[in-house]
Amino acid sequence: MSSQGIGASVRRTEDMRFITGRGRYTDDFNLPRQTHAAFARSPYPHARITGVDTSAAKDVPGVSSVLTGADMAADGLGGLPCGWLVKSKDGSDMKQPPHPPLAAERVNYVGEPYAIVIADTPAAARAGAEAIIADFEELDAVAAVDQAIHAATIHPEAPENRCYLWSLGEEEATNEAIEAAAHVTSLKIVNNRLIPNAIEPRAALANFDASNGEITLYTTSQNPHLARLILAAFVQIAPEHKLRIIAPDVGGGFGSKIFVYSEETAVAWAAKRIGRPVKWTATRSESFLADAHGRDHVTHADLALDADGRFTALRVRTTANMGAYLSTFASSVPTYLYGTLLAGQYKTPNIHVEVEAVFTNTAPVDAYRGAGRPEATYVLERLVETAARELNMDPAELRRKNFIQPEDFPYQTPVALEYDVGDYEASLNKALELIDYKGFPERKKEANARGRKRGIGFSCYIEACGLAPSQLAISLGAGVGLYESGEVRVNPTGSVTVYTGSHSHGQGHETTFAQIVASRLGIPFEDVEIVHGDTGRVEFGLGTYGSRSAAVGGSAIVTATDKVIRKGARIAAHLLDADLDEVDFEDGIYKHRSSNASKTFGEVAFAAYVPADYPNDLEPGLSEKAFYDPNNFTYPAGTHICEVEVDPDTGTVEVVTFVAVDDFGTVINPMIVEGQVHGGLAQGIGQALFEHGIYDDFGQLITGSYMDYCMPRADDLPSFKVDTTVTPCSHNPLGVKGCGEAGAIGATPAVINAITDALGIREIEMPATPERVWRACKTAAEGGQ
Amino acid sequence: MNVTLTVNGSHHAVDVPADTLLVDLLRTELGLTGTHVGCDTSQCGSCTVIKDGVSVKSCTVLAAQAEGASITTIEGLGSADDLHPMQAAFRECHALQCGFCTPGMIMAAVDLVRSAKANGAALDERSVREGLEGNFCRCTGYHNIVRAVLSAAAQMEATS
Ligand code: FES
Ligand code: FES
Repeated sequence: MSSQGIGASVRRTEDMRFITGRGRYTDDFNLPRQTHAAFARSPYPHARITGVDTSAAKDVPGVSSVLTGADMAADGLGGLPCGWLVKSKDGSDMKQPPHPPLAAERVNYVGEPYAIVIADTPAAARAGAEAIIADFEELDAVAAVDQAIHAATIHPEAPENRCYLWSLGEEEATNEAIEAAAHVTSLKIVNNRLIPNAIEPRAALANFDASNGEITLYTTSQNPHLARLILAAFVQIAPEHKLRIIAPDVGGGFGSKIFVYSEETAVAWAAKRIGRPVKWTATRSESFLADAHGRDHVTHADLALDADGRFTALRVRTTANMGAYLSTFASSVPTYLYGTLLAGQYKTPNIHVEVEAVFTNTAPVDAYRGAGRPEATYVLERLVETAARELNMDPAELRRKNFIQPEDFPYQTPVALEYDVGDYEASLNKALELIDYKGFPERKKEANARGRKRGIGFSCYIEACGLAPSQLAISLGAGVGLYESGEVRVNPTGSVTVYTGSHSHGQGHETTFAQIVASRLGIPFEDVEIVHGDTGRVEFGLGTYGSRSAAVGGSAIVTATDKVIRKGARIAAHLLDADLDEVDFEDGIYKHRSSNASKTFGEVAFAAYVPADYPNDLEPGLSEKAFYDPNNFTYPAGTHICEVEVDPDTGTVEVVTFVAVDDFGTVINPMIVEGQVHGGLAQGIGQALFEHGIYDDFGQLITGSYMDYCMPRADDLPSFKVDTTVTPCSHNPLGVKGCGEAGAIGATPAVINAITDALGIREIEMPATPERVWRACKTAAEGGQ
Repeated sequence: MNVTLTVNGSHHAVDVPADTLLVDLLRTELGLTGTHVGCDTSQCGSCTVIKDGVSVKSCTVLAAQAEGASITTIEGLGSADDLHPMQAAFRECHALQCGFCTPGMIMAAVDLVRSAKANGAALDERSVREGLEGNFCRCTGYHNIVRAVLSAAAQMEATS
């Protein structure tokens, strides 16, 4: 391995600008004649808008215009679409109610925007938004996912607030196996609502150029091309070729910046309408109210086992909260990213899952780090751990007994996926060793002596990443393909500019992708520049989510690089007076096998642009593109083990040790991969212990700021012990599987399994706050659970 | 109102509305966009700068309160050719991902090391974690931030 090639922990290129304060995030851009926008938002969870009086707002000094939902409707703008059509089990299409970017007739959640105010300063715009006098006729509202179908209908298109009732797997066989089972473990499982909270709030700055009719939108997006496609084709803000979307440095996304939102849309529309640049940056309060939230499932699940402890069936019934509207990918999260993952790492022969998606008067719910896979893992790993306790079996051994074995691959699960490779015992064994599992009873005893309750919890997760084979995705309802583009332009001097449709908002693509290209071309790492996040520079792309960048985006870059190498070989053959098949390429040098004469990659690049001595039948230039469409998902998997200590007097939980052993296939940059795991673990532990997006019974958001929504802080978390095992992905050129979500998927059940173990209880709701834990300790002490 | 202050060694006199926050003065008036805003309740620490030697959340300081003060922002801490040990350690330890919390985190960490030293206290993992609890990072899980701060603290100790 070279010091900067694949497998090296190269320090990141992008860091230099970030550590010196030279990063350029959306809010750092300003344009001449710029105005500022603020939104008027619904204070009610559900109401009819009976009048919007903007006259006082227009009188606020500095305010130049006030545009309402009615103005937008009059301009003929389309609604925000959901990009994934899910069908109910009876074959009918999901219900997709219209989602106008600015509400005109009704508001359906607290914080829904219904007017945009444009002013000279942000303060004037905010004052203007407050001066709007709107009349609302309040309607009954519902927030809780398990109340939705009994509540007042939100959208006439969706009776009983049902969006779809989707199912997967063999129902009858599953029911029969459960009937016949020696043991059945059943749980009600609530997956708490989370609010993503990238530290950079969403922002947008739009400019309309009257000279050519082009709109440029700087915005906090994980997938600028997809945003352009939706804004052009569905919302019809401008034709696609007249719309340029730039997602510059983006301060974290975790899913929440995938989606096309009301505010960015309204800003682009307003800029064209008023003929001046318009800028909006969310306050954190707005992020809480109007970023798409995550999770929010209620599930009843049964795991059946035979007398030997082998899993014979799994039945899962889930109700999933969609919020008030279908956000961009909302419908796919509790279905194709959830139900399909329920086999986990196990050979369960019968699985049936049914998911009812419902509308409520809450912010839309969509993909948040892991997206469906954490929910599936939580269900499965809670069940397995509980089953082990009920059967008095070691939880590690029960899992081991049921693992899909290395020789079983490729393995077809009963829930549609075909896993290509894996070695689940390898990860389990390494994790057991790292945590010193044998020493646990001793540690528990020692903690007991200190008056603390110590527990251990496991989680063996799998995820499907590298989204996704386009034909498969489209056949399942996706509105777009899920390939990725890559372009490798070799400059005449031999340096290389790479254009990728992936987007980096913390993942370090500028480093990792440069490692891939530099090592393949045998040129210095510093000679490779990665360009991303600008529809004006990058041809097309589907963006970054679902841990797909390396597996799909990286593969596209490899494919384009290999095309460059092949064209270079033809040029080299000519220059070396050799047959093409006599030319080898290694470490940046084309070599004539028999004569040993050679040309460097740089010499070949120069010849391509100054084609004096050049093949007759070859175009000049050295620049190649590729679209890479994977033929399967990738399947990262691993074992996470958590040890906690609970103080029964205060209910506080300390995560004492957290071990994560993951199989991500080939690792390009171990330092970056470890960092991704750390961040995911913090979010997974955050869900288990701290975070909860709460609406009250009337639909008001209770956790609307950092005063109420508990973010994991430095002193809430331990240092992590992370390691990897490797089975390379079998179907992409790099052998990579993806690592961005593993921590958030694996950690949550491990923590809850550890707490329930410590307290000797069956269940505890997330987040396991000190109050809940304290109450559980008390109940347990009183001989309750 | 007029505010005169020194920022990263340069003297500035600006005329701003009386309710202007220090962070807005830095970002909007002076174009120092390295200092970020991540919240509206003084919790996240993205806006942390050093004012007269002590770290402050610049979203919680009025520009008027900075009258006569000397402010150091991330742009003034060190340059690409001459990184402050804390900046260098953040890169070396991969203590940043999206970079948004990073300027505030680095400024808070610099002050944490300074104040520990002033109090004659040695930093360890626990005290670094407690010392940075006013700065949120959503990307790193703090693991590498803690490593970076301890490594920079050792470096700063050795070179001072
Ligand atoms: S912006 Fe100052 S603490 Fe969040
Ligand atoms: S690096 Fe992204 S928030 Fe800290």
